[in-house]
Amino acid sequence: MGRSSTVKETQALFQSLRSAYAATPNNLKIIDVYVGFAVLTAVIQVVYMAVVGSFPFNSFLSGVLSCIGTAVLAVCLRIQVNKDNKEFKDVAPERAFADFILCNLVLHLVIMNFMG
Amino acid sequence: MARSLPGFLALIVAVALICCSFAAAASTFQPISESHRSAALETFDRSYGSLEETYEALQTFDVLGVERKPDVGTAACQSVSQTLVSSSSTLKDIFYALKVNGVLKCEVDADSVEGIVSTLQTAVGSASSLLEFYHSIGGLVLVKNQALKDDLYLADAEGVFRSIKALSQSDGRWRYSSSNPESSTYAAGLALEALAGVISLSSSEIDQSLIGTTKNDILKLFERVEKYDDGAVYFDGEESDAHENQGPITSTWSVIRGITSFAAVTSGNLNLPGEKILGLAKFFLGVGIPGDAKDFFNQVDSLACLENNRVAIPLILSLPATVNSLTRKDTLKVKVSTVLGSDAPPLKIKLVRAKDTPAIESQELKFDSANKVHVLDTLEKSVDVGNYIFVFEIVFNDPEHKKAYAVESKTEVPIFLTGAVKVGNAKIAVLDSDLGSIETQNLDFAGENLVSLGANHLQKLKLRFQLTTPLGHPFKPHQAILKLTHESKVEHVFVVGNTGKQFEIVLDFLGLVEKFYYLSGKYEIQLTVGDAVMNSFFRVIGHLDLDLPEAPEKAPRPPVQPADVYSRYGPKAEIAHIFRAPEKRPPQELSLAFLGLTVLPLLGFIIGLLRLGVNLKNFPSAAAPAAFAALFHVGIGAVLLLYVFFWLKLDLFTTLKILGFLGVFLLFVGHRTLSHLASTSSKVKSA
Repeated sequence: MGRSSTVKETQALFQSLRSAYAATPNNLKIIDVYVGFAVLTAVIQVVYMAVVGSFPFNSFLSGVLSCIGTAVLAVCLRIQVNKDNKEFKDVAPERAFADFILCNLVLHLVIMNFMG
Repeated sequence: MARSLPGFLALIVAVALICCSFAAAASTFQPISESHRSAALETFDRSYGSLEETYEALQTFDVLGVERKPDVGTAACQSVSQTLVSSSSTLKDIFYALKVNGVLKCEVDADSVEGIVSTLQTAVGSASSLLEFYHSIGGLVLVKNQALKDDLYLADAEGVFRSIKALSQSDGRWRYSSSNPESSTYAAGLALEALAGVISLSSSEIDQSLIGTTKNDILKLFERVEKYDDGAVYFDGEESDAHENQGPITSTWSVIRGITSFAAVTSGNLNLPGEKILGLAKFFLGVGIPGDAKDFFNQVDSLACLENNRVAIPLILSLPATVNSLTRKDTLKVKVSTVLGSDAPPLKIKLVRAKDTPAIESQELKFDSANKVHVLDTLEKSVDVGNYIFVFEIVFNDPEHKKAYAVESKTEVPIFLTGAVKVGNAKIAVLDSDLGSIETQNLDFAGENLVSLGANHLQKLKLRFQLTTPLGHPFKPHQAILKLTHESKVEHVFVVGNTGKQFEIVLDFLGLVEKFYYLSGKYEIQLTVGDAVMNSFFRVIGHLDLDLPEAPEKAPRPPVQPADVYSRYGPKAEIAHIFRAPEKRPPQELSLAFLGLTVLPLLGFIIGLLRLGVNLKNFPSAAAPAAFAALFHVGIGAVLLLYVFFWLKLDLFTTLKILGFLGVFLLFVGHRTLSHLASTSSKVKSA
């Protein structure tokens, strides 16, 4: 009885999450997909390092930090672009996007330098 | 042999030092010899610039009796005739032309002689400086001596004499002219020669008081003379701005010419002490063989003047050999000659004494008229080997010669008398402290036998021998050294002590154990005996098998002997470098696989975008905004491409430079695009 209710409850939870998520605007969904892509790439790199060892450690760091960094910047963009967020109401989404691009470029310059 | 090299070298150095020390104490002079003649040929073997140089070379060859090249004579004669004929020749040229003519005896025609004589007479009359007087009067004297013109006299000789005398100074030196206060010894010599020329050219006698004052000037001049320790006497030159710096050789030459020519034309004595004349001769003989042509000429000409002069002719006492062997029965030879090597008048040489050696008595040397040397042949009976300083005295057969010749009162000469020293009574023994001598062996230094001994650290080695001179006296050499050499080439040197009659050394091995670095084994025994006056030797006497105790922990190690003297210049040992082991890399396939895996999320991203219905509807359609939008994307792409290049090839500074340009461009374009987008979306909102 409890088990099936837990399963039903989790199922119901997932359903509600899904439907709520479906309601999010498209641009936010694009950003979410981007974040997922970046994090997945980082995970694959970590698995590789676990397999072969961390010999060129700076390369590993730069690769992982590039992914994580760009993911973080994308999250910041999502926060700023989200219309439901009252704090960033006066920031135009284009301005947030420009910041995102700029910060990405700086991050990748540093990453390229560090990669060696 | 190689092992005894240091000992041998020490011996050579000792001999050289002894010779040098004796050379400083009392040196001998040698008259002009064959080496001078060959040196003259070398020094003057070149083309001569002026008549002065030509004269110097010709005069040197003439005095030394060296044959000159024939073409030199003809070329010089041509130059002489040209100079004597030409009306533009200076006094100096005429003077030297006449000098050359005096040596070569060229053909000079009478007309040029007349012209020359009148030029010179006019010059004498109008001369004001010393050099003008010297060249003009000298020229006239040469004309007279070469018999080119008869009845040649100076008008107003006394007046000329007084004019030259007026340039003299109270210290004996002469000034060059009345206007110039500079004076020199060289000028004094020129003046004396000129005054002598005036006396010889005057038709009547010059006032004796003038000649007397000139003789006083000469005496004053000789008070300025400088001395060396070995008796050489010379005149130091003066520094001069107007004339060439006259060094000691040139100044002394000038004075010698002056006084010898003055003495030749005056009667009576110059009252110069004979030692000073002898000292001047010693100065020039002591110069040796000069390297400079001018110095060579000055030396040879001075000696030629001294050879036959009316003041005093110096005689030189010389020894052809100062090292004589008693064993070979050499006789001591002594020679007395003039400075140019000509014979001396009949005289006797006495060996007065030997310094610090009372045993040698005063004796007379026998004269060998065939070889013109004086011989002392009684040496080997009375005198033993060693270094001596013999004192010789010259006694003339005719007492009148004492005034005409200048000799040294007592000549000191260092002599080495060498001989074969015999080694006798040589014994080597190994001594035990309790039992006394264990084995004594007689050493025979003449033969080739080597002794073989054995000893341990509780015993002693004793060596004893005697040295006897040819006359049978005990001899003490400069060096008596015993050397023990281990098989590993470690050497130990000991000095053999002298107990008056014999040499003895005792090596107590108990005390020497540490000095020998506790090295047991075979030692080679070598004895070195050396001195300048004996037949020095070093011999390997034999071998000693030495048994020493074991070395304790803290004992000093023997110094490392080089295996080969030059081994330190050979290649050094190879160094093996240890590099850090390279890190283990994964197999390439695994890496490529994961590279592929990394690309997968990118594909997932694109698929996700497509599923979301991404479109480009918001892309501006109007031309200008579209262009800006396109440029914006191009700009971002360019920056990313720059980063790829940065990773592949570029350095940070280049990248930053390009990034600067691209960044500015991107900012501008991006701003335009995004502001356009913002304005369109706000229009949509408000609409």
